[in-house]
Amino acid sequence: MIHFDSVTKTYANQGRPALENVNLDVEKGEFVFLVGPSGSGKSTFLRLVLKEERPTSGRIHVAGRDLARLTNWKVPHLRRRIGCVFQDFRLLPNKNVYQNIAFALEVIGKPRRFIRKVVPEVIDLVGLEGKRDRMPDELSGGEQQRVAMARAFVNRPMILLADEPTGNIDPATSIGIMKVLDRINRTGTTVVMATHDAAIVDSMRKRVIELEYGKVVRDQSRGVYGQAY
Amino acid sequence: MRAQFVFHEVWIGLRRNLTMTVALIVVVAISLSLLGTGLLFVKQVDNTRTYWQSKVQLSVYLCSSTNLGGKCGTDGKVTPAEIASIHAELKSNPDVADVTYVSQQAAYNQFKQEFAANEPIVKYTAADQIPASFEIRLKNTEADASAVSDVADGYPGVAEVVDDASILDNFYKLLDGARNAVVIIAIFLLVAAILLVANTIRLSAFNRRRETSIMRLVGASNFYVQLPFLVEGMIAGLIGWLVATGLLILVKSVLLSSLQSVFPYGVQLSTGDLVEVIIVAMITGLLICGSTSFLTLRRYLRV
Repeated sequence: MIHFDSVTKTYANQGRPALENVNLDVEKGEFVFLVGPSGSGKSTFLRLVLKEERPTSGRIHVAGRDLARLTNWKVPHLRRRIGCVFQDFRLLPNKNVYQNIAFALEVIGKPRRFIRKVVPEVIDLVGLEGKRDRMPDELSGGEQQRVAMARAFVNRPMILLADEPTGNIDPATSIGIMKVLDRINRTGTTVVMATHDAAIVDSMRKRVIELEYGKVVRDQSRGVYGQAY
Repeated sequence: MRAQFVFHEVWIGLRRNLTMTVALIVVVAISLSLLGTGLLFVKQVDNTRTYWQSKVQLSVYLCSSTNLGGKCGTDGKVTPAEIASIHAELKSNPDVADVTYVSQQAAYNQFKQEFAANEPIVKYTAADQIPASFEIRLKNTEADASAVSDVADGYPGVAEVVDDASILDNFYKLLDGARNAVVIIAIFLLVAAILLVANTIRLSAFNRRRETSIMRLVGASNFYVQLPFLVEGMIAGLIGWLVATGLLILVKSVLLSSLQSVFPYGVQLSTGDLVEVIIVAMITGLLICGSTSFLTLRRYLRV
């Protein structure tokens, strides 16, 4: 599903590469934690998958496509197969829960009949029944992140990228968020989650990829956050 | 493509920076109407010019019984022999395409017709007060008429040679000057309009950076991301054009028509001319607003 072949990314005006000679494969339906200190290259990895950045060298395949061969005008089609969740939720403050989720479908031109059908389904999936008319500022952080996850998932992407989704949320609420991510993963969606949250990683026992100074230093199935050795 | 969604976004964009939108509409309206006025001037001058070019270019007025002194001397009226010789000379001139003799009676009839509304003038003018003339068309309409007029001036029995173009020259100069001034101001305003469009779109893009970043994230095509901004610029341009259309109709009916009452031998501008100018203004407006929006968006809404 995601294939990195000796990928190096060096940003302009920076000596050390943000990612250096990274080789990894993420299979369809996997749940992967991406861990490592700040500046270790987690965000660069996610940006490369979305083709927001181009690798300096190496090849990247996402959902069966060679990103180097993907023309600019086809990038949106790639992104329709990838859902994204962020630490800061990124909801539209002047739209309610339903409108925020529907927005993701409206802007890719889905018919309204379809939107009316799938948005309530996904609201139920993330556990926001009865809150469809709330505005984002009337919701708790955990609820806002659920809206963001619903928006990321509503178009049934093949991959869900989550960049520290629990970073702004207290531990008790984070468990609920992880349950939703797990539920999404169980539908067959590949989930890649960058995180600092050791407790969550340890409790889930999923594959862990650790980055340090842009290099993969550990790739462990059913891993934990800290060093295993 | 969901039109309703696009127009909803456009409406939000226009409302959010209302002041800029209004400024844009005003500047577009004024610059387009000035441009249109310039074009109307051009058309007016061209119409008048072609009208006169197809007509007589040189008028050789012959001495009549009322011409005393000067070249006509004291014996006054031109003799039939002189008329015949002038006619022959003019015909054999290589620069002359066509010579028509207008007798005193014919000239008088024409005079009566033109001044039919002004009865006293007709009443107190006798037929022999109106001079006979040769109306000359030159072979090369663009050429300087002075070569022919100098020769014709020397024939005995000729009172005066008038180059029609020299009468109209001042009129043309006035119109040309007015046109140039109007067009130059219009160009400056169009530049201002371009900058305003760019700024409005930039502000609009900044106001909606959250929306656009999410749109890109969920895979909206570039076209879909940019369309609301493009339509926003075009709508402002269209409203500006509508205002300009009103102003142009006003300019045509008030300004140019009053000009025509001063120079009655001009040629009326048709409604077709006005419609043509209005269409040119619309295309200019849409082109300026559309292309500027598009180019600005390329800078501010990268993938």
